[in-house]
Amino acid sequence: MSLSQDSNSATAAFTVDARDTRGSIAMPHHPVVSVRAGRRNWVDASQLWEFRELLWFLMVRDVKVRYKQAALGVIWVVLQPLTMMAVFSVIFSRLANIPTEGVPAPLYLFAGLLPWVYFASGVANASNSLIGSTSLVSKVYFPRLLLPSAAVGAALVDLAISATLFAGLMMIYRQPLSPQIVLLLPLTLLLVILVLAIGTGMAALNVKYRDVRYVIPFILQLGMFITPVIYPLSFAPEKWRPLFYLNPMTGIVAGIRSAVYGLELPVEAMLASTVLTTLLLFGAVTLFRRMERTFADVI
Amino acid sequence: MTAILKTFDLGKEYLLGGSTDPYETLRESLKKLPKAVASHLLGRKTQRNTFWALKNVDVSVETGEVVGVIGRNGAGKSTLLKLLTRVTEPTTGGFDLYGRVGSLLEVTAGFHPELTGRENIYLNGTILGMKRAEIRRHFDEIVEFAGIERHLETPVKRYSSGMYSRLAFSVAAHLEAEILLVDEVLAVGDAAFQQKCVGKMGDVARSGRTVLLVSHNMNVINKLCNRVLVLREGEVVHDGSVQSGIDTYLCHESENVESTWELAEAPGDDLVRLTRACVTDVGGAPCGAFDIQEGIQLELEFTVHATPDYPLAPNFRVFEPTGGCVFMTFDHPNHHERPVYHRAGNYRAVCHIPGNLLAEGTYYVTACVSTRERRIPHVFVENAFSFRVHDTMQPGSARGSVYTGPFPGSFRPVLDWEHQVDQTTETSPTCLTHS
Repeated sequence: MSLSQDSNSATAAFTVDARDTRGSIAMPHHPVVSVRAGRRNWVDASQLWEFRELLWFLMVRDVKVRYKQAALGVIWVVLQPLTMMAVFSVIFSRLANIPTEGVPAPLYLFAGLLPWVYFASGVANASNSLIGSTSLVSKVYFPRLLLPSAAVGAALVDLAISATLFAGLMMIYRQPLSPQIVLLLPLTLLLVILVLAIGTGMAALNVKYRDVRYVIPFILQLGMFITPVIYPLSFAPEKWRPLFYLNPMTGIVAGIRSAVYGLELPVEAMLASTVLTTLLLFGAVTLFRRMERTFADVI
Repeated sequence: MTAILKTFDLGKEYLLGGSTDPYETLRESLKKLPKAVASHLLGRKTQRNTFWALKNVDVSVETGEVVGVIGRNGAGKSTLLKLLTRVTEPTTGGFDLYGRVGSLLEVTAGFHPELTGRENIYLNGTILGMKRAEIRRHFDEIVEFAGIERHLETPVKRYSSGMYSRLAFSVAAHLEAEILLVDEVLAVGDAAFQQKCVGKMGDVARSGRTVLLVSHNMNVINKLCNRVLVLREGEVVHDGSVQSGIDTYLCHESENVESTWELAEAPGDDLVRLTRACVTDVGGAPCGAFDIQEGIQLELEFTVHATPDYPLAPNFRVFEPTGGCVFMTFDHPNHHERPVYHRAGNYRAVCHIPGNLLAEGTYYVTACVSTRERRIPHVFVENAFSFRVHDTMQPGSARGSVYTGPFPGSFRPVLDWEHQVDQTTETSPTCLTHS
């Protein structure tokens, strides 16, 4: 039996196997759980690994539940970006003549919509994850960080499905791949971290301030137009460009599109996104852990 | 023996009123901000309305003890368990646990209605802290104990509420924990399943695991526990033997033991006014809960202003919670051909209910003073007080010392029985035992 030396280790509870203590109970010398008022008694982020099974089951739950009793099931996942793509290609490229940098308009739009739709659904689901599981939060002990994380993870399944569809579209249009495509992985990772950061922060605030519930859809709707999702970054006037960089999604969306189609990389925007995402992650986790201790009393 | 659970000055304070408003809006918070900052800078403490759900709890539980936690609603029992499961944090003190904690609190919390029984077993098990391998090992036992073999692939939202809670209890009960916290879950399911749960709890208790059991059911406490904590207003008022713990609890638990009125506001009419109505133990001390074998006294104090034409009859009507009248009683006419207390003055009337008469349950009493012949109700106070009768399974009641099952009926008198064997028939008691 390996017990963590840290007497405050909550996860150590799970290293005790009851089987070898059942007949004759061997007493650990250190308390398995030790709680004191005013001390940080919650699980460390580093200990989250101990709860990976729970994270997995929560993710599976979120995925399974989403399309239960929906006749079209997973088709909904691809229906949303596909319709958006169709509508936007007609309105923006045909009618408004917004440039698409030499890439077929539907493809160009899809590459922008894909990360955006993931961002929107990830943030929306994560921010409602705590108040959507009131009974769990107020009645069972487990690291609450798992709930928004599971919501973000579950949305990844949708992203994977739409990405497959996207690959199919690329083949239909016989769009050549550029070597820049290797950047897709780090950019997607950055996207997931950003969604996690904003999602956890909003989830924590949502427990105390239900305003968040109304603010989120509004921000997501507005956000799509201040992010270069359906227009190129170059479309923004030069002097307003730095303002666009303050939006962490700018670098990610523009970066992903450039990586896929081998366009000029928006390096400044991508750097800005990386810095902002890191800051947001630290801020959100700090906020979450500060508020976490009162979740059960407030929710 | 060493302690497996130790609390030190454990306390939990909750905010009351305005600031506890859980759904504080951002605007309110922003509005309060300048004031909060100012008072913080000036070192002033803001006046807050708080209440201690739990106070100064110093308890040390040893391995293998089965500790009953009893107390009225709001005494702090659930708060104690909530703290021990780490769902909420203490305001003062702390505790150490030297083993894994399993909890049978709110067993359905981890369930998702859309998922099937099988999926929920895994999900809920993991939420409660079980490893996947552990769940797999116990899977068949869990399913069998819950009795849902045929519905494993059905979404639990289609389960009957009994099946739902049976499955939840079953998952939680198979958690391999050294310390088990149990709260009222024994109330789930039908009588047969409850019996099964009590049996399971007994097995757990005998297996050497430590159990903290919160219950309002004195039978279960008496049967399973070897130590009792009584909580009152957040404090431990008794820590020790089961029987004295139950007695301590029973005598302070009732909600409404006594009603008193100032003469000016007393219910009644120009002739009679009721000033006090209460229920007491045989010693005359107000008490709201009784062992089934104890005597109960119902008391009335009233003031008579004038001499009535007909004798007055103080009387009680005793009701069940469902509204049915169990009985009505008044001073027996044959005892007082010439009642003494019906001139102007203050009177007190006491009715004695013997032990071993009322079955366990809660009783609500309507207090009346009427004129006997004319049947005019001068005083009629519904629900003047209430009391409870408990069966603590002590020998001497109608239950005897062997039978522990359900015992229907409003009355449970100890009656004499006579047995005769009819010698003319072939069947004799000896034959019965052989067949």
